Formats: sequence, structure tokens, C-alpha cells
Amino acid sequence: MFEDTSSLRLLLSRFSQLRLGAGRFHSLRYVQHDTVGLSVTRNVIDPPRRQSSCGVMLCVRVNGNEAFAATSDLTEQGLSRAYDRALQLAQATGELGLLKLPPLLGEAVHTAYASPGAEQPLPDTAYWLDVLRGESARVPRHEKLVNWSAGLRVTDRQQLYIDSTGSEIFTHKRLFYPRLDVTAFDGRQSQRRTWTVARQGSNAVVQDSGFVGQVEQVADQALQLLAAPNTPQGPRDLLLMPDQMILQIHESIGHPLEMDRILGDERNFAGTSFVTPQMFGHYQYGSPLLNVSFDPQVQSELGSYSHDDEGLVANKHLLIEGGVLKRPLGGALSQARTGMDGVANSRACDWNRAPIDRMANLNVEPGDQTLASMISNIEHGILMATNRSWSIDQARNKFQFGCEWGQLIENGQLAGVVKNPNYRGVSSQFWRNLSAVGDHSTFEVLGTPNCGKGEPNQSITVGHASPACVFQQIDVFGGQA
Amino acid sequence: MSHFHNRDAFDQLAQWLNQQLVGGEQFSLGYSAEDSQFIRFNHGRVRQVSEARQIEVTLRLISDERHASETLSLTGEVDLDIARLGKALAQLRALLVQLPADPYLQLHHQAFTSERETDGKLPSAAELIEQVVSLSDGLDMVGIYAGGPLYRGFASSWGGRGWHVATSASLDFSLFHANGEAVKITYAASHWDRDALAAQFAQGREQLVHLGKPRKSLSPGRYRTYFAPAALNSLVSMLRGGFSARALNNRSSALQALQLGTASLSAKFSVSESASTGLEPLFNGDGSLRQDQPLIRAGALVGQLVSARSAREYGLQANGVDGSELPSSLVMAAGDLPTAEVLQALGTGLYIGNLWYLNYSDVGLARVTGLTRFASFWVEDGQIVAPIDTMRFDDSLYSLLGDNLLALTRERTLRISTRSYNQRDAQTVLLPGALVEGFTLTL
Repeated sequence: MFEDTSSLRLLLSRFSQLRLGAGRFHSLRYVQHDTVGLSVTRNVIDPPRRQSSCGVMLCVRVNGNEAFAATSDLTEQGLSRAYDRALQLAQATGELGLLKLPPLLGEAVHTAYASPGAEQPLPDTAYWLDVLRGESARVPRHEKLVNWSAGLRVTDRQQLYIDSTGSEIFTHKRLFYPRLDVTAFDGRQSQRRTWTVARQGSNAVVQDSGFVGQVEQVADQALQLLAAPNTPQGPRDLLLMPDQMILQIHESIGHPLEMDRILGDERNFAGTSFVTPQMFGHYQYGSPLLNVSFDPQVQSELGSYSHDDEGLVANKHLLIEGGVLKRPLGGALSQARTGMDGVANSRACDWNRAPIDRMANLNVEPGDQTLASMISNIEHGILMATNRSWSIDQARNKFQFGCEWGQLIENGQLAGVVKNPNYRGVSSQFWRNLSAVGDHSTFEVLGTPNCGKGEPNQSITVGHASPACVFQQIDVFGGQA
Repeated sequence: MSHFHNRDAFDQLAQWLNQQLVGGEQFSLGYSAEDSQFIRFNHGRVRQVSEARQIEVTLRLISDERHASETLSLTGEVDLDIARLGKALAQLRALLVQLPADPYLQLHHQAFTSERETDGKLPSAAELIEQVVSLSDGLDMVGIYAGGPLYRGFASSWGGRGWHVATSASLDFSLFHANGEAVKITYAASHWDRDALAAQFAQGREQLVHLGKPRKSLSPGRYRTYFAPAALNSLVSMLRGGFSARALNNRSSALQALQLGTASLSAKFSVSESASTGLEPLFNGDGSLRQDQPLIRAGALVGQLVSARSAREYGLQANGVDGSELPSSLVMAAGDLPTAEVLQALGTGLYIGNLWYLNYSDVGLARVTGLTRFASFWVEDGQIVAPIDTMRFDDSLYSLLGDNLLALTRERTLRISTRSYNQRDAQTVLLPGALVEGFTLTL
């Protein structure tokens, strides 16, 4: 068995001696992750679920062709077989590959990254269940509160990347996903209110996130929504809170800037992009207030790391600066295909999938407005929070998003709560309507564990951080439109 | 990884687990493995090629009204895997003592044996690449080949034993016109047939001719529309989670309004869960045999998908679904409109080949938003006139599958899932096309 890093290193070295000729490249990525999923529904503990997985992805580049072979068989025989299969697949491609890839050269990197506090021992299950039962029990007895749950998922993920340049990169992440969910029902219709964060770090993430003690407000807001009128239809200034901004960033900035989409790799599934390579450097993506960063160095954000899954060092870059499109989300391969500068975003969801261009941490940089000042400057608007529905066309342009929570804003003041708040627009116009960007007091680090893309399909963790933002004259509507 | 090797290894693991039980413990072991080849294409050439050989089991331990599960990856070497299972067993035992009794625990104590192995014949990577590149000559083709054997197994201490092997492959691809329009095709087979694949390419080439016509821009509004089976599948699939007994009881189902009698569906609309259409195993991961279950009959909600846990919690009868309470093989009733006559029946309106990125804009009203995608046309007097610009829709399934449902086609299409998150999927849906009045486009 090769489940410790030193033995894997030796094995790859042996592959090198036996099979690797001049002008070839190979890499090995070992991933082990352990997850525990706990939840309490209506004060009853749901059956706990543990998940552990480990395996290896081997990659070879031979005669300009790249091929991957993954296996959960970590015996020497299993790994050797996978390596040979990767070689055979590369050879099977022959002269029919889209790309002619040079062997990766460069300086060897020896480094390690760990989530802050990841070395701390995890509490046992009983501790977490006590926390979750405590939160579930806080939900007030109310005949209209028909369903509620408190949940927590914790993932410990370790990865070793080694390659034939001599690089060795060890990454250890610990990810926390606390969640609250309350449904109110009046006999005819229901309204659901949720709360969640997704961060990496130590056990303190759960406490620091505000999870404990949050559920009473979640329940209260579910009841308020049940009694609220539908969101009125028509153009309004739209104040998006960070837990909706992250969805807006993800769908209408992140995905359109992925270079593999722009190059057409995803046309059969995830789609293309309205962005073309010619737009970088001058295209006015948003208003001058818009600054968007690829920032893998924000502590506690899900997509922070030192290097991507092809060994490229990860640094912060502004993708959009002053509203102008500067740089795509493209890893080493996309950079080689286009000759454009990119970022270290070549990522795979697990050991059994090959890396592709992904978001990691994609953030809107804070501005200079407090929440109070943004509200006071809105004459006829609406605040929306917490995404509940998302849909966007395959070129990432025409979108329609819905939120759980809406509050009208009239004459600079928050007015009544409204249910079923939705809005729609076109990416290439929407960001130009950005009229105010919240300051650090409105800035939140959030993320999602499930960004789907790729053939074969991959679901990956992505971090987003954002302040609250205001967009002028957006088409909003409610449940009856 | 031969079929026999996997089956033998699985049996040995189950046997070993049986020997480890103490003091009234029970276990179940779900097994999922595959040996898959993935070949991505772009611009008619190979973009990325990979293989994944993986084995995953879910061990569930039940003791003294307490239970928990652990999913873990295995190597395929029995001695090593027994060691891993032993570690998982110890962790689960340590976990169970921290839990109170589960008031909703209900086991399928049904002993059963279900075995099915279907062989296939698939091309080698080099053969497949040669075929696809050759057939794509002169075309802008993009897509993925995914193929190889899938293994599913189940064993329990109460005598349940299932074993299922199916070898299959699919080429899910799109052909793009230079103007950006595309036609999407899925060819799936257990015995790969180059000629059948060539016929699919030829059909795609013919459709590209229509896609080359100048696009028609549409204004928001309501349109008479024909949904091809792939598009109707997107709409009907939105109801998949709604059949869950848990969702219906915790008031999160899109079928709540139908259940409460505040909305209705067309008498033409009937759908049921099938025990198997042949590709999915006959047993589920929780250890029961799957069952035929009518869900909607002539527009009325007549059934729901009830897991063992929901059965005990809500006082219902479990009907062979696992804890997800999602259907695996939906079958929708056909209508009487010959597919050959759909354009004539449509007259003037929209022919929608595919829909994309559907989500609920108001789940209580089963109101869904999404977009047109792939091979969608404007039709006048029964003739295809032009491809349409991508349009957003926002409409209720209670309308599209309710009063506004005019007809369903006589012929139905079996659609096989090409999803491959973590592992390849084998879900199916059998359904017709649908002619609808007043499909609402919004943007």
C-alpha cells in the first residue's frame, strides 16, 4: 500500500527511471479526504454519515499528448497499472489530439499549505451533535413552523502533488459547512429561510461564523415571509447582500471568465461565454466601481491554497479593475493555448478527475459605502438576501436569480418585507449598473461546496467574498409575475 | 478488473462482515464500482483523455436502535479492503455509542437475491478516437465519450443480496454551425455500433442545414410550442424531488399545490417510477427491491416515493426507494400524436429541442425558469423557418403540464443519463414529446 507520501514519492521516482524518457513529463496527485455529515431535524438526530476516500491520479505527457489515469488501488501493482494505462491513452491519441503539449519544465517547488488551525484535533461527534441539538431546540414552538434542521459538514482533505520536475506540494485543508433551515407553512403555501457559511480553518469557524444563536432569527424571518406580500414587479434599485452577491459573482463573472469555456471545451455541457479573448485589456465589464480579484490568499476562504493542481504558484490578481476586463481565469494549459496571462486555477474536484479551469476564490473588492449610506441613497429600491434560485444562459448572459429574503426600500429607508423576490438581467449590462460598493463593514467571506462543470462532471468548492452592492434600475418581480 | 474478480471480492467482504457482528448488530453493505474511460473532444479532435478505476462501498451499522454509515474507497485487493472495512466498523461502533436511539429507524428485513450481469462490447480508446475524429471530418464537434463497466452490489446481515453489472458507453456531443448554433446528440449502447453512430452524425449534419438559416429574434410573450423529448425531460425532471414523501411532508415539494388541491395537472399527464428499465439495478442502496410505483395518474397525485425512514416517520408504506427518495427510472405515458406530425400539429410556433439551466422561480407554484438551447426553431405553417435566439422562459408546470398541454406524442424516447459527478450514472427516463399552448418567454 502506498498511502504515505514518502512511498508515493519513491514510486513515482521509480516510474521515472523505468519509463520516462527525455522530453516527457508526468505527475502524481494523491488525495485523501474524510467527511462527517451531521444534522438534527425537528430535534431528532439524523443518522450520521461518514465518508472517506483516497486515490491517485497519474498524468503523463508523451509526444505532445496528455493523458490521465486514476485509481483507488493504491498497491504498487495498481499504481503501476494506472501509469501504464495513462501512457497507453496518450499513445492512443496519436496525431489526433487538439493540442500538442510540450513537456512541463521549470523549477521544482517544495512547499506545504494548511488551513489555519487545521492541525488542531477535531472534537468528537457527540460534541457537534450537542451543538446541533442545542440550535434545533432554540426554534420556537409555533404551529406554522413545520420543519427545521441544523446541520454541519466537516471535511478534512489532504493532497500531495509530485511531478517529474521534482516538485512536491502538500496541501491540507479543513472545511466547515454549518447550515440552518426553517420552513413555515400556513396551510396553503410555505416559505423557507436558510442560513449557511462555507469556510476553511479550525473548529472555531463554527462559533465565529455566528451559527450558534442564529436560528431564532432564521425562524422569525420564515414567519415574516409567510405573512408578507409578493415582491412588486418593475424596475428598482437593487441592494444585494453578500450572500446573494456571491451567486451573482459566481454565475455572471466567474464562469464567463473561465478560459476553457471561452476556448470552447465546455460547449457541449457547461456552455460557452459571451466573453471573447479579444475583450481582455479594454472591455468595460462593469462600472468603474467594480474591482474583482482572484485571491487565493484570503484566510478562511474555501479556495485558498499555495499552488493549483498542476503545481502553479497561486497569487492574487485583479481580473477586473475599475470596471475594465484585465485577465481570464486560465491555468497553465490555457495560458499556453492562448498566450495570455492567467491565474493558478487548474483544479480537480477529487483524485478521480483531471484538472480544468475553475474558480478558486473570486471576490469583489470592498468599496467605501456603509450599509446605512447605501440604503439612505436609494429612493425606490429593494434589498435582497440569500440565494434560492439561479439560472443563466449557456453564454452566461441572460440570467434570472431569486432570493429568500426581500425588503423594499422607499425614500432612503427600509420598508416592508416581501416574499419571492426575483430579478433578471443581462450580465454584459448588469455590472455597468453597479452604483455603490459596500465597505469592509459589509464584507463577508462565503463560498459554495458545489460548483458543477466539466466532462466528466466535477463538483468543486469555490470561495467568494463580497461587500453588499447596489445596482440601478433592475427588473424585479415576485411570485406571480 | 474482471466482473468475476469484483463479484468474488464483494462476496468475501460481505462474508467477513457477517463474521464480525456481535451482540445483535446488523449491517448492510452497498457496493459501487466502475472502470471508466473518458475521452473529451473539441473541434473534432481529442481534448483530454482519462480513465478512472474506482471502488466505493457504504457500510451501515445498526445496533440497539442506533445506526450510522460510512462510505469508503477500496483497492480491490480483499486483504487490504478487509483492513479498511475493519477500521470503518470500529469507527462506526465508536460513533453509535454516542447516539440516542433513532425513533425513525426502520430496516428492510426482506431477504432477497437479485443478480444481473449484462456484457457489452466497446471500442478501444484508439478505435473510438479514430471513429469520432473520422465522423467529425468537416464538422465542429465537441463532446465526451464515457464508457466501461458499472458494478452495483448490496449485501446485508438479514439476507439481502444484489449484484448488478452493466457495460455501456455513450458519446454525448454537439455539432456546431459557424454561427454558434448547435445540435446535440447522445448515442448510447452496450454493443458499440460504428454504423449506428455514423447515422447519428448524418442526422446531425442534416439538422445543421436548418441551423444555418438567419436567426429569428423573439419578443417576450406566450407561444404555442412543441417540446422534443429532451426538452420535456428537462421540465418533467424538475418534479423528481417533488415525489419524495419527506418533501411532501415537510412542505418543500413542488407538488404541494397538487396535493392540497389548489392546482391541477392535465388528465393527459401520467408518470410512474419503474422498477427497472434494464440499466439500473433492481435493488437500491438501502437494501430493498425497487418497485413499480404510479406517481401521477391522469393528472392526479396517486403516489409518492417513500423510503424506510419516511415510512416510519410519517406512517406510510415504504416502496423500494433509498433515502434520497428520488426516482431512478421514470416512465411517462404516451399520447396519440404521431411524432411525424408534430410540425403540422404545431402549425406556427416554437420547436424546442433542448432546455437549459432550469430552476424554480417559485417552488410553491411549480414555476420554473430556464433557457432554450440547442436546435430550437421558429416554425410557420408546419415548416421550420429559422433557429431562434436564446430565450429565457418563466412558466408554471401546472400550466405547461396542465390546462395548456394539448397533446403528447405516440412515440416515446428512452433517455439515459450522462451525468458523471463522482461516478457514472445509469438513470433513465422514458417519455414522449409534448405540444403546449402559451409557453411564456420573458427575456
